[in-house]
Amino acid sequence: MTTRALLLRGGHLVDPSTNTDAVGDLFLCDGKVEAFGSRLGVDDDNPGLETIDCRGLVVSPGFIDVHCHLREPGREDVETIATGARAAAAGGFTAVCAMPNTDPVTDNQAAVGFIIRQAQIANASRVYPIGAITVGQKGIALAEFGEMIAAGAVALSDDGKPVASAQLMRTALEYARTFGVPVADHCEDPTLALGGAMNEGAMSAKLGLRGIPSEAEEIMAIRDILLARRTGGHIHLCHMSTKGSVELIRWGKERQVNVTAEVCPHHLSLTEDCVDGYDTNAKMNPPLRTQADVDALQQAVRDGTIDVIATDHAPHHYDEKEREFADAPNGIVGLETALAVNITWLVKPGIIDVKTLVEKMSCAPAKIFHLPGGSFRKGSVADVTVFDPKATWTVDAKRFRSKGRNTPYGGQELTGQVHLTVVDGRVIYRRQD
Amino acid sequence: MTAPLGKDLLGLESLSGDQIRLILDTAEPFKEISERAIKKVPTLRGATIVNLFFEASTRTRVSFEFAEKRLSADSVNIAASNSSVSKGETLVDTARNLEAMRIDMVVIRHGASGAAQFLAERIESNVINAGDGTHEHPTQGLLDLLTLRDHFKRLDGIKVCICGDVLHSRVARSNIWGLKKMGAIVGVCGPRSLLPNAIDDMGVTVFNRIEEAIEWADALNILRLQLERMQGGYIPSLREYNRVFGVTRERLDRVKRDVLILHPGPMNRGVEIDSDVADGPFSVILDQVTNGVAVRMAVLYLLSGGKPELAEAAKKGGER
Repeated sequence: MTTRALLLRGGHLVDPSTNTDAVGDLFLCDGKVEAFGSRLGVDDDNPGLETIDCRGLVVSPGFIDVHCHLREPGREDVETIATGARAAAAGGFTAVCAMPNTDPVTDNQAAVGFIIRQAQIANASRVYPIGAITVGQKGIALAEFGEMIAAGAVALSDDGKPVASAQLMRTALEYARTFGVPVADHCEDPTLALGGAMNEGAMSAKLGLRGIPSEAEEIMAIRDILLARRTGGHIHLCHMSTKGSVELIRWGKERQVNVTAEVCPHHLSLTEDCVDGYDTNAKMNPPLRTQADVDALQQAVRDGTIDVIATDHAPHHYDEKEREFADAPNGIVGLETALAVNITWLVKPGIIDVKTLVEKMSCAPAKIFHLPGGSFRKGSVADVTVFDPKATWTVDAKRFRSKGRNTPYGGQELTGQVHLTVVDGRVIYRRQD
Repeated sequence: MTAPLGKDLLGLESLSGDQIRLILDTAEPFKEISERAIKKVPTLRGATIVNLFFEASTRTRVSFEFAEKRLSADSVNIAASNSSVSKGETLVDTARNLEAMRIDMVVIRHGASGAAQFLAERIESNVINAGDGTHEHPTQGLLDLLTLRDHFKRLDGIKVCICGDVLHSRVARSNIWGLKKMGAIVGVCGPRSLLPNAIDDMGVTVFNRIEEAIEWADALNILRLQLERMQGGYIPSLREYNRVFGVTRERLDRVKRDVLILHPGPMNRGVEIDSDVADGPFSVILDQVTNGVAVRMAVLYLLSGGKPELAEAAKKGGER
């Protein structure tokens, strides 16, 4: 019988979910993991078998980004589901979760279905829609969670806009608990953050830009940790950026609150100093903070307080970033630099090892968002990332698959390069020399 | 030839003490021009300057215009409200279009912090920041320094307190950097809600009481309290502001020394400053305005490549 089979031979297999960290082969068959290890009994005569030499490279379960913005529908000039899914593949992500702040907002089952259909047509990385918490992300009325989840939504979020009403957030956590999905929380007290363009501190005072204090994030983080404790709902805190937030998450976890947290590569690597000179590619929300925050976040990744590294990939049009700092939109692209930034700032200095990196980029996202993948267990989906943790390359935004060029890493030499991205047992990205 | 200030004047934070001193020294020979019957020298003949004002301004715009005209530059004024900007043109497109007409300098006033630097990085012309958002207003800082130096004959060691809304003030920032680089000791006084949270990192002394600030200072630079701050909820009322932080004759009389009074204007009489203080014997508020023209002449001259030691000769149309 002819089967569709892929043998990744001789790589350094890293899969925390099966406690694997050794050289071996990975055998994928008909879209599933068939076996891994050394001396696999693979039938070399199978005409459907493709073999790829992975010696010297790390082979891991496919990366999953639980936080990105693909802009479709509404801003197809900036990114589409197809370009976003191809950028994801180039970054080693076999699956991404698309935030619902599109135009129109992904707040109903039809909108969820549209994203799934566009992702199927794109035929690149998997795309899982996240539904809005409230209708139109207006923070007034709950959106139809049940129908959206039935249509394929994997989580709920009003990302970009905080749910200002504590009562509404409480209800959202309770209602989401019914369906067993996380509420992905954009933590920002809207009154404290009003009009802010960067971190509040010495740099904002110098540049004369209105600041966003750490407390804008921390006040809502603790509010929602407390609401998760009250309701038993699963709160997933998005893009944590401050030392104080780390302490609050730790407080919640020590009390067995159902709280998980993510951090972005840029908050693990850059500080508010990047804003000096009014570089709009250093403008995002939450803003870049201080070195003390970066240090605390790095340690939180190391000690497990923070579960997931997610990109918050946010493409913007060149013209929109090419303007006065206060008027420029928030966000940077991240799908194609995430691995290298994480390796350069976390693995290379010895803060975490490659195994922990795979845990944060693959296993934990799968587990927390209840997604297929994140494991080499027999029968898992055949989603795999192959990368060279030592190769260096220079970031050239013009070469991104994403339509977005808004990166603060342009021209920098980073370490860690994706070689191969496999989804459903098929190679969807292979590095060109 | 490398200009002694570089291509642009964006702020005092990025200048050295020597560069600031150079501007102040260069302003000295230019002061005299404005005292002549025929207030015109040929120094910048043939230079084209655009005054690009995205925010309303009388004092600064007119001061730049006089400085340009008295140096014989050809200048045009553009106010954003009746230009292509009101049709939605971006800042960078506006600038590039102006530059395509082969101009030499742009003087820009803009509501966004960083707008002057944004422009400077994108066009070849010299850019002079005439106030960008809540960031800097370097020529105001320079004219304040010149006025203080005229009075005290030095800047090193003098105590200057900046009073009022430091948080939203570009004048305050330029003053703090400029004064510190020149060796002055800087204080700030105002309600904490109008001081940056990080003020302690800026190397200044903070006074919560205006009485203590007056007791300490050789000079007060009293900032305009922008009336919209009250609507923003930063202070409860203008009346209370005057009662608690207003610089009044009575408060000045309590100290036995002379305290020099500066104000960048426009003043809210009876709010941050009382009329008898503004018009009193220690007020140098109008001297500031006079010095503003000389300082801006010096900046225009130096940015155009003029040599500081030739400023006197340049007034007669000689080599720059």
